[in-house]
Amino acid sequence: MTHKTGIDRRRFVARLLSGIGAVSLAGCDRLSQSEWFPRVLASVEGLNNRLHHAITPRDALAREYTEADLSPRFPSNGTRSPNSAAYRALANGGFAEWKLEVTGLVEQPSSYSLSELRQLPSRTQITRHDCVEGWSAIAKWKGARFSELLARVRPLPNARYVVFHCADPMDFSGTRYYESIDFDDAYHPQTILAFEWNDQVLPVAYGAPIRLRLERQLGYKMAKYIMAIELVESFAHLAGGKGGYWEDQGYEWYAGI
Amino acid sequence: MTQRNLSSVEAVAPASAENAGAASASDTREAIIYRHRLPIRLTHWANVLCLVILLMSGLQIFNAHPALYWGNRSDAEQALLTIDSEVTDSGGLAGITTIFGQRFGTTGVLGVSRDSSGTIQRRGFPDWSTIPSPQWLAMGRRWHFYFAWTFVINGLIYLLYSLFSRHLSRDLLPSWRELRGIGRSLVDHLLFRHPRGDAARRYNVLQKVAYMLVVFVLLPLTLLTGLTMSPWINAAFPQMLTLFDGRQSARTIHFIVAFSLVAFTLIHVFMVVVTGLLNNLRSMLTGRYAIKPTSGESHDTQDGY
Repeated sequence: MTHKTGIDRRRFVARLLSGIGAVSLAGCDRLSQSEWFPRVLASVEGLNNRLHHAITPRDALAREYTEADLSPRFPSNGTRSPNSAAYRALANGGFAEWKLEVTGLVEQPSSYSLSELRQLPSRTQITRHDCVEGWSAIAKWKGARFSELLARVRPLPNARYVVFHCADPMDFSGTRYYESIDFDDAYHPQTILAFEWNDQVLPVAYGAPIRLRLERQLGYKMAKYIMAIELVESFAHLAGGKGGYWEDQGYEWYAGI
Repeated sequence: MTQRNLSSVEAVAPASAENAGAASASDTREAIIYRHRLPIRLTHWANVLCLVILLMSGLQIFNAHPALYWGNRSDAEQALLTIDSEVTDSGGLAGITTIFGQRFGTTGVLGVSRDSSGTIQRRGFPDWSTIPSPQWLAMGRRWHFYFAWTFVINGLIYLLYSLFSRHLSRDLLPSWRELRGIGRSLVDHLLFRHPRGDAARRYNVLQKVAYMLVVFVLLPLTLLTGLTMSPWINAAFPQMLTLFDGRQSARTIHFIVAFSLVAFTLIHVFMVVVTGLLNNLRSMLTGRYAIKPTSGESHDTQDGY
C-alpha cells in the first residue's frame, strides 16, 4: 500500500462517514416532520406519567428552600406583560375589578374577587421553579390552597381536569394561554393560586393578579394571569385539544420531567 | 483454554495456506474463536443507536439554555460554562464560549454557526450535531425521552444477561493480579503492543477497567443525573437532589458524563481501528474473531475492542 492510496482511502472513508451522517440526520429530520413518528416518540409520555405516579406518594412534597436560597433575580419567562386592553385596564385598577370565574363541572359555580381569594386558607412556600429550557430559580410564593377552592365549588363526579384560562394573548389570532391539570395535582398541598411573590403583591411579570404554582412540574404548567377556571371531563374541545398552549405546540402535557 | 476465555473456541483451524505449513505449535496458526454471543452483539449495537440519539437530542435540549451551573439555581453571574454570541465591531457575529470566566472564540461551531443551507445561526451547538437539526426543543425532548427508555431497557437486558451468563464475572471483572499489572498494560497500549495468541482471547486489564467504568459508573450516572432533573422525581426521591448537590449540578454532571462517553467512544473506535478494524467489526457482527499467532513477522496488532 503506497502513501498516496492510504490518503485516498482515508479521504474516501471520511467522506463516506460524513455522507452517512448527513443522510441519517436528514432522516431524523424527516421523521420529526412526519405525522406518525412523533406519535411513536410521544408514547413514552404516558409511561413516564404512570411510572412517576406509581412510585410517588400522592402528597410527596417538592423540596422547600430557605430565605437564604432565594434567587437574586427571578426570570420572567413567556408573557411578561399581557398585550390586551382589558388586562391593562384591570392592572391599572390594581385588579380591584378582577373576578375569578369558576365554572364547568361544579355543583357551585362561583366567582371570587382578589380579596375573597386572599381570605381562603393559604400556604407560603419557598420552592424551585424549573423551566423546560433548563434553568432553575428559587422564590417564595404565597397563595390560596387550591384544595380549599375546590372544596367550596364542589367538583361533580365526572370532572377529570381543571383548566386555567389566562389573559395573555399568544399571537395575533387572539389565542390565549391556557393550561390543564388533573385532580391528583389539583389537591396536592403545594398547589396554590399564588398572589404574593417574595413577600410582595404578585408583580405583573410573574402573573398578576394570580398564577398557579404546581411545584412538581415544569414552569409552563404554572399558568399566569388566570382569569377563569373551568372543570371539564375532557380538554379535547379546547384550542388545539392537547390541554395547554405549549402542549398544542408539541410539548408534553405531563411535564414532571 | 482457560476459564477466563471470552467464549469457547468454535474452530481452531489454519486460516490460510501460508500458515498451514508453519512450524510446530498451534499458536503459530490463526484461530477463529466465537468471541461475542448474540445478546452481547445485539445490546451493543442497540446501545450505539441509543447513545448517538441521546447525545444529539441532548445537545438540542442543551441549546434551549446553553449554560451550566452548580447547585440548585441558575444565576447568570455564577455560570460555569456559557455558549453565547456577540455582535463584533465590524458588525458580524462571533460565537463566544466562556468556561470558568475564560472566554474563547468559537465562531463556526459553538455560539454562531451555519446551518445546512449556509445561513448564519446563533445557537449553542451547530445544527449538524443536534436532533432534530433546527432549533426545536419540544421535538428534541420527544426523541430524548423515547430513546432514554430504549437505553434503559436495553441496559437492563445486557446487565441481566451478563450476570446470568457469567459474562460479567468471567470476562469483565478484573482480578487483583490483573489490576496490579495495569501500569504495564498502559505502557503496552501506549507503545501499540497489543496481546496476541492466548492473551488476545480475553479482554486485557485496561479494557476491563474501561468497560466496567462505562457500564457501572458512566451509564448509570447519565440515568441518575437525568432523573434528578425531573421535578417530579425530586419530590419522590429528594435524596437524589442531595446526592448531586442540586438540580443544576445534576444537569452539569449529566453534560460532563455525556462528553466522557464521547471521549470513551473516540478511544474505543481508535483501538478498534488499530487492532484490526475488520476482525473487530466481524466479531461484533457475527461473533467470530481471528486470533493471530504469538510468533511471526506480522506487526498487525489485535486486541478485540
